[in-house]
Amino acid sequence: MSLLEARNLGVGYTIPGAGLFGAPRHLPIVHEVSLSLQPGRTLGVVGESGCGKSTLGRALLQLIPSSAGQVFWQGQDMAKIPNLRRRRSEMQIIFQDPIAALDPRMTLGKIVSRPLATFEPELSKAAARARAVEALQQVGLSADFADRYPHELSGGQAQRVGIARAIVGRPKMIICDEPVSALDVSIQAQVINLLMDLQESMGLALVFISHNLAVVRHISHEVMVMCLGRVVEKAPRSEFYARPLHPYSKALMDAVPEPDPRREKGRVGTALPGELPSVLNPPKGCVFATRCPLAAEMCHNSRPLLREVAPERHVACHFVEGA
Amino acid sequence: MPSDISPPFAAPTAEPASTLRLQFRRFRKNRLAMASVYLLTLIVLMCFFGPMFFPFTGEDADFDNIGAPVNLFSIHPFGTDDYGRDLFIRVLEGGQVSLTIGFLGALVAGGIGVLYGAAAGYVGGRLDGFMMRLVEVLYGFPYVILVILLSLLFGGGTVSLFAAIVFTLWLTPAVIVRAQAQSLAQREFIQAARAGGMTGGRIVLQHIVPNCVSVVIVYGSLLVPEVILSESFLSFLGIGVKEPQASWGNLIQVGTSAMSTDLRLLLLPGGLLATVLFCLNFIADGLRDAFDPNDR
Repeated sequence: MSLLEARNLGVGYTIPGAGLFGAPRHLPIVHEVSLSLQPGRTLGVVGESGCGKSTLGRALLQLIPSSAGQVFWQGQDMAKIPNLRRRRSEMQIIFQDPIAALDPRMTLGKIVSRPLATFEPELSKAAARARAVEALQQVGLSADFADRYPHELSGGQAQRVGIARAIVGRPKMIICDEPVSALDVSIQAQVINLLMDLQESMGLALVFISHNLAVVRHISHEVMVMCLGRVVEKAPRSEFYARPLHPYSKALMDAVPEPDPRREKGRVGTALPGELPSVLNPPKGCVFATRCPLAAEMCHNSRPLLREVAPERHVACHFVEGA
Repeated sequence: MPSDISPPFAAPTAEPASTLRLQFRRFRKNRLAMASVYLLTLIVLMCFFGPMFFPFTGEDADFDNIGAPVNLFSIHPFGTDDYGRDLFIRVLEGGQVSLTIGFLGALVAGGIGVLYGAAAGYVGGRLDGFMMRLVEVLYGFPYVILVILLSLLFGGGTVSLFAAIVFTLWLTPAVIVRAQAQSLAQREFIQAARAGGMTGGRIVLQHIVPNCVSVVIVYGSLLVPEVILSESFLSFLGIGVKEPQASWGNLIQVGTSAMSTDLRLLLLPGGLLATVLFCLNFIADGLRDAFDPNDR
């Protein structure tokens, strides 16, 4: 049984209607996403800004309601778990902006120990604090940080505190929503390695949301590529990086800058032609058709389904043959 | 078990300080505001403890000294009124009423407004729309008519005055806090709190309200003079605190009717009221300067 499973998950927001008296409209963000995650594994979710990665992450925890499909936690439909609130210790989340994720009025000790007041109410204040200090030490912060306030921290330290808060309730899974994209590159590596260490020692499953392909490659076991709210490719890590199949995945891969300046100079332009379609008015056919170098007539009219083209490799493209 | 690539960080060496503490530190550097704090404290202490040092109360008439003039070395340092009541004691006792209504009114009105606004802003959506329309309807209610209605309902006097003041003054803090709560609700630490299993009510009380504190302190400090002023205004009109109980408002009213013959009946309560209002406004100003996140 997988730890986390999503079946045809759809998520949308309600936005005010046009005009003063217009009925509220539903703005769909994520469409028909299915995935499953095994304990101790990492699923990398990549895609450009605005493709619904973060929305998906929050919907997987049911922090925002899904509009279609279901999410199963250890085989149980999350919408039907009684008192889901109390079981949230098992599934945690860390955020992109590490400072904004910490309440500026609380000391770090309080921030980290606060979830315990909900999850383990029988714990005394002193015991909760001891657990918080332990969690802080697990993420590489000394005990005297417990009395500090968030504004005294650097971005990397703040993200460590965010991780400490996530692990204090001993979770089974953490959703990492762009956890390093706001950090300096040198700090990014430290945080990624910290997450991997914790994964190993606590047996954590991770959903790692990022637009940084290099980082995803480092941490993931499986990679899922999203474009405009839909999954366009899903594959094991090494196969994906060896040979991405979907034209969108290839475009993303091409957009990664070359570290060698001489080679970077000679690289052909990687900017995608065409325009990103509006979420309010999604294309009828393939979500990538307006920008795809391979697009043909049928791509604009019929939407390719996500199908298995090789063992464990799923692609949604009319032109990808079995590999 | 910190790994070798993530060495334990040592905490910064400076004293840990919450933003609130830093803000008060900044406030303390404002001389005008601090002088106002001391002066206000002095006035408050005088109002509440001053009358204890006199052998009579503000309601005891001294028939030997009716309308006595100012004589700082007599038993009635600021003289007596037409009934022979000691003016100084009357003003101090009036101050007790005015200050109590002022601070208590601001506290209650502010408290209600903060909770209401924080809840509306956090919940959002339809409930928020409904709650805010209600506020707008109440805004449209004519203040003086409301006070008259309430004094009919409660039989007049201090209680109805207090109710009317609270009823009208909680609206603005509610609107201000709601805006603040709305932007806070989008912040990631609120998401984190929800992921941490907190209920909506607890999030409002433990995350939203504490983060509105600076706005509330600044606005609340402006609310106190507003309440005192409206108490005085209503008592002046005769629909507030009733004789023989003194308040600054009705003392000033008595003073204005005797203004042409005896100015001190107006100047003493009026001067004290003005001083208190000045102090409160300077304090509010200082707090705003210290708490404004835009100039740091």
